[in-house]
Order: sequence, then C-alpha cells, then structure tokens
Amino acid sequence: MSLTPPSQILWWKEPIHRIEITWIIIALAWCLVLFLWMPYWHVFGNQNLSNEAYRIKPEAFEAKAKAMADKYTVRKETKMDIPVVKPPAGSDVYLVSRMWQWWPILELEKDKSYRLHISSLDWQHGLSIQPVNINAQIIPGYELVMNVTPNQTGEYGVVCNEFCGVGHHTMLGKIYVK
Amino acid sequence: MAVKMFRKCPDSGLYFHKSAESLMKAHAVLGVVYLLIGGVLGLLVAATRAPSIHLLSAEAFYTALTAHGTAILIYWIIFFEIAVLYFASSTLLRCRPATPGLGWLGFLLMLIGSVMTMVAFARGNSSVMFTSYVPMPAEPIFYLGLILFAVGALIGCFIFLGTLVIAKREKTYDGSVPLVTFGAVTACIIAIFTIASGAAILLPTLLWSVGLISNIDPAIYRLFWWGMGHSSQQINVSAHVAVWYAIAAILFGARPMSEKVSRGAFLLYILFLQLASAHHLLVDAGISSTWKVFNTSYAMYLAVLASMIHGLTVPGAIEVAQRKKGYTNGLFEWLRKAPWGNPVFSGMFMSLIVFGFIGGITGVVMGTEQINLIIHNTIFVPGHFHATVAVGTTLAFMAITYFLIPVLFRRELIMPGMAKWQPYIFTAGMLLLILFMLGAGTLGVPRRHWDINFADAAMQYQFAGSAVAMMGVAGMGGILAAVGGGMFCLIAVGSLVFGRRLDPGASLFSSFGLPMADSCYNVETPDRLERTPIESTGSSGHAVEAKGTFVLALVFLASFVVYFFINAKYLSSLWKLG
Ligand code: HEM
Ligand SMILES: [Cu+2]
Ligand SMILES: [Cu+2]
Repeated sequence: MSLTPPSQILWWKEPIHRIEITWIIIALAWCLVLFLWMPYWHVFGNQNLSNEAYRIKPEAFEAKAKAMADKYTVRKETKMDIPVVKPPAGSDVYLVSRMWQWWPILELEKDKSYRLHISSLDWQHGLSIQPVNINAQIIPGYELVMNVTPNQTGEYGVVCNEFCGVGHHTMLGKIYVK
Repeated sequence: MAVKMFRKCPDSGLYFHKSAESLMKAHAVLGVVYLLIGGVLGLLVAATRAPSIHLLSAEAFYTALTAHGTAILIYWIIFFEIAVLYFASSTLLRCRPATPGLGWLGFLLMLIGSVMTMVAFARGNSSVMFTSYVPMPAEPIFYLGLILFAVGALIGCFIFLGTLVIAKREKTYDGSVPLVTFGAVTACIIAIFTIASGAAILLPTLLWSVGLISNIDPAIYRLFWWGMGHSSQQINVSAHVAVWYAIAAILFGARPMSEKVSRGAFLLYILFLQLASAHHLLVDAGISSTWKVFNTSYAMYLAVLASMIHGLTVPGAIEVAQRKKGYTNGLFEWLRKAPWGNPVFSGMFMSLIVFGFIGGITGVVMGTEQINLIIHNTIFVPGHFHATVAVGTTLAFMAITYFLIPVLFRRELIMPGMAKWQPYIFTAGMLLLILFMLGAGTLGVPRRHWDINFADAAMQYQFAGSAVAMMGVAGMGGILAAVGGGMFCLIAVGSLVFGRRLDPGASLFSSFGLPMADSCYNVETPDRLERTPIESTGSSGHAVEAKGTFVLALVFLASFVVYFFINAKYLSSLWKLG
C-alpha cells in the first residue's frame, strides 16, 4: 500500500508491470517529438521570436522612436494627435510602450519585412497584436527586435496584456497593414 | 514516567501525535480560511471579467485580482501543504515531530506574513499582482510579509526533514518510507529550492522598495521570480500526486503498481522541474532560443514524463485493486463501480482527470517555445492553471479533507448529502471557467485586464463577438465554481464546529488547533509500521493488468497530439516572424 513501506526491501529490483514500461516508452517518445519540434520549427517554421535584443536606456529608445516619427509621419489620428508613421519597407521601426500608450501608430505594407524594435519607457508591458494574436513580454531596459512580415491587410489592435497599473486596460495601439 | 502522546484513530488505524496533530489542524484550518477569502475574491474577479456583469471598478478589480492570486495560490495551498507534511511524516511514520515548538514559530510567521500582505492589499497601494514584476512598486510590508511567510514555510520543511530523521533513528517503520511520504519528501526538497530562489529575489526587492538599492533588473527579476513561482507549482504537483496515492490506498487498499516506477517519477520532478521555470520567459527579450529550448524541453519534458507516469500509475493502482476485488468485466467496470458518491473518491478522480487532460496538455503546448507566441499573457494562461491548481491541487486537497475531518478532527461530516455533490458542482463550474478562458485566450483576450471593450482608450478595438461571449460564459462558470468552493468551506468549517463528536475529547477548541482532552492520548509508543504484506491475493502478481487505464492513457495521448498540432497549425498562420 502507498501508506506503508514497500513490501520488498530491495524495491528497486522488483520487476515492473508491462503496461507501465510500454507507457513510459510511448510517453518518452512523445516527449522527444515535442523537443525536436522546437529546433525543427527554428529551421523550417516561419514564426520564431528573434534572438536579437539590446540593453537600452529609456531616453535613448524614445529618441530613436521620435526620430523615426519625425521622418515618416503621414498623418495624425485620435484626439491626442498620435502620429501615424509609415516607414519604408525593410527599415527599422520603433514602437514605444509606456503608461498607457503604444506610440506611434504604424502603417506597414503587406508582405514587406520590417525590423520592429520595441521597448518600454517605464514598467513592464505586454505586446499583443490582435486579432492575429502575436504576444511578447516588453521589459524596460531591453530593446526587442522582431523581424515581422505582415501577411494580411487590415487594422490591427495593439493590446497591452501585462498588467501595468491602473490604466492598463486603456493602453491600446494600432497597426495598419495596407 | 513516560508520557502518552499518541492516539490511535479507531476508524483508520492511523496514529496521531498530540503536538503534530495540533499543528496539522492549525495549518489546515488557516488554509481553508484563505481558500474562503481567495474564493470570494475569485468570485468578484470572475464577475468583473464577465463583460455583461463587469462588477468591480478598475482599481478594485486589480486589487482583488492581486489578493485572489496571493491568498489562494500561496496561502491556501501552502498552509495546507505544511499540514500534509506533518501528516506524511509524523502520522504516516508513527513518529513524534521534531521540535514542535519551532513548528508553532513557523506557523506564526506564516500567519503574520500572510496578514501583512493582505493588509497591504487592503491599503490599496500594492495592487501589483502576486508576481510583483519590478519596477512596479508595492509597499515594503508586501515584500516583507511574503518573506516572513516563506521563512515560516521553510521552518515547516525542516521540521518535516527532522521528523524523518527521528523516525529513521528510532526505527518507527521497517524498510523504506511509504510512497506517500516519498512524494512529500519530493515536495519538501523542491520547496526548499523554491524558497531559496524566492529569497534571492525578494530580499533585494524589499531593500529596493525602501530605497536601499537603486535598481533591480526587471529581466533578472523575472528569471529568479519564476525560479520560485514555477517550482512552487511543482511542490503542488508533488503534494497532490502524493494525496492521490494516499486516497487510492485509503479507499481501495491500492498498492503502487511498482514502487520503482512511481518513486522514479517523483525523482524526475526533483531533477528536472526547476529548469522548467524557463517556460515563463519564452517571449522575453535578451534570452537566446537555445537557452529557452534547452531549459524548457530537456528539463520540462522529463518532468512532463513524470506526470504522465503518475497519470497512469495512480488510476492503474486503483484498477488493479478493484479487479482483485472482482470488478473484472470489460475495460471499465472497475471505474464504473468505484464509489462515485464518496467525495473523497470523486474529488480525487476528477482532480486527476482535469489536471492531466486539461492542465497537463495545455501547459505543455503553451510551454513550447514558438507556440507561446500565440498564448503568452492571454486569458488562456489562467485557463490552464485553474485546471492545474484550482482543480488539480485544490480539489485533491478538498477530497482528502473529507477523509481528515472524521479521522484527524474526530468530527462527523455535516450535510453529507451536500458533500456528495460538492466536488461535482465545483468541477462543473471550474470546467466552464477553464474551457471558456482557454477559448477566449485562443482568440487573444488578455489576462489581468479590466475592460476588453476598451471604453476608456483613445482608440478602439473590437474583439470577436465569440471571444466576448466566451468571457461571459467563463464568468458564469466562475460563479458556479465559487458556489462549489463555498459549499466546501461551509461543510468543512461547519463540521468542525457542529459535527457530531466521534470522540468525547474532540472539543470546539481542539477543532482549531488545541490538543484534545489528555485522556484521548493513551498510546506511548505506536506499533512499528510494518512493510506492506507481499501480494495478498493468490493470483500470481502480474496477471492483473490495468488494461482500462492503459486505454485511458492512449486516449490522453491522442488528445495531446491532436491539440499540439492544431496549435502548431494556428501558429503557422501568423505573420512571418523571425
Ligand atoms: C472560487 C473559484 C475561483 C474563481 C471564480 C476564480 C476566478 C479567476 C479568474 C476569472 C481569474 C483571471 C482573472 C484575470 O486574469 O483577469 C483568476 C486568476 C487567478 N486564479 Fe482563480 N478562481 C478561482 C479559484 C482559484 C483557485 C482555487 C486558485 C489556486 C489554488 C486560483 C488561482 C488563481 C491565480 C494564481 C490567478 C492569477 C492571478 C494573476 O493573474 O495575478 N483561483 N481566477
Ligand atoms: Cu502596458
Ligand atoms: Cu498593461
């Protein structure tokens, strides 16, 4: 019984049930498939989070984002006059997260690649591009660089899905893909 | 003159030591108090996340959510686990507890620490979620409270180990410790690692919160915090698996299919679980894919293997025991004829099924490096861990409580009719909550979010109508689950106060941690705990195979494979990312 000591002193020498060993082999094989799938997807899959990241001071990141916005703003939107920025395909694009805003609004082209840089100026935030459902943790002091190639036109919401204070649920941004 | 400190429970044959049983009761009761507090908060949270109810204000919601996570995941579970440790050492091994005085110190620290954090929440300036990611600050008493609580729990762990040493030295048992105790040892070892990891990050964070340290790197914080946060979930898994084995033995006299396999699986937890903390950092910047893949898979999948083994051997042990009793028809007579009206069994078995089929599968799928991209921080995540901790751990603990009330507290259960239904109502509510959070999360709905309609945002975004509807159903499920949880608290506390005394010495105070009347303790030295008799029935051991369980396991595997590839397919439809 599981509440009493094993009946054999040398319990580790007892034979084991046939279905136990069969199951262990099957389960281990499946674990190996799960393991191999990840490197496989790095080579053959199209959705991997890049390994590119830098340490950065919030002011430095903000400055880079401002410089991009100054150069490529095409119009302003919302009553807060948030710039809509349309950077050229293939370029470095900056997305600032801060309480409680994703800044600026981006306008990208379908099937073109961009180097999307994201960092936070204050607390942690959660990048969540909807409805395509791409999520990543955004950590102050770290600049994450993702290579993105949108494959569908539309208006995407950028939700914050890491709790970042009492205005968290108002933190919404936008990406247009044209 | 030697003092008589033990009593033998006439119903179960278990020996309870006077000091150990008081500690057990005090910890278990306080655990239930936190379950009640946490459950009420869970109800408020669920009713707020249901868009049609949207009960609390934003600020109250974030505070309630922080307190819900902390009270229920940390306090309810760990108080109860310390009680389990006393049970698995002193009671099962028939041994006096090491330094019971220190045990009360540990209890006091846990009590004071937990109250401090709850006070911090009530003051409203520490609504940082129980993860308290820096640099979002909480009040110093929040971190201090957590640290005191952890020190108290650590004391409990060391007393457990000390008790094992005494039992060994005084030869209170023959051979190796029972499997259930072995599982508790696993939980205890992981707990010590966990607390060390927590101390490594919470102490500096406390100093930071009072201004003695200027900066804590938020990425490093996450690494260490999850060294605690993830491993502590493995304490829960080890503890509730031990409880499953215990219940299988209590109700069916089940013996492990083979000791080696079950113990080996516990060992895998110790060896590989810690590294699995990496799966919380899969979409963090600054960590390489190689590190992520190695740590989640090399480590996690061997721990996953361990859970898959227990998932087979626990029901397998029950099946073998039932078949020996003559329930041999077809694949599932043993299961159909199980005592489904006994909440100890129904709770335990549903805990096992929901933990494995839902908690296990979703956990591994979202712990795959790339698939985490479509799941991280969505409401899918709370969907997953309510299957693991709210059904897996909590329901297993509820089930064993129904056994402990007569045996440990010496009170008869009040309202047995309600007790019979309680596990089903709780599970039904939880299943709705879980499945619809999983569904809404798959559609991108964020966790920890007060308003998915973004009424106060500068822009607009509309989630799919089905996602919003699913949050509504999840909210209804949450309310039902809270009713089920409330029924448990009512029955448990009600029995301690009003339940018929099974022993004249079982006074009101003794229900809450004071010893029973001295006359109850009439055993000086319990009989030595003997080894399990060699295969009782005549049939040659291995003839009885757990075929039904094996079929269940194959169904499980098939669901796992299908669900994994569905998610891989979903991932492949995303924007190209590299
Ligand atoms: C009484 C039934 C319960 C209900 C109705 C309930 C409801 C919920 C809901 C709706 C959330 C997600 C909120 C969000 O992310 O916006 C949540 C979070 C959570 N629940 Fe529960 N829950 C219950 C019981 C439990 C139990 C028994 C446990 C653990 C033992 C638990 C642990 C947690 C944790 C750790 C969180 C995460 C908090 C955070 O994100 O910081 N819950 N609960
Ligand atoms: Cu945010
Ligand atoms: Cu946020």
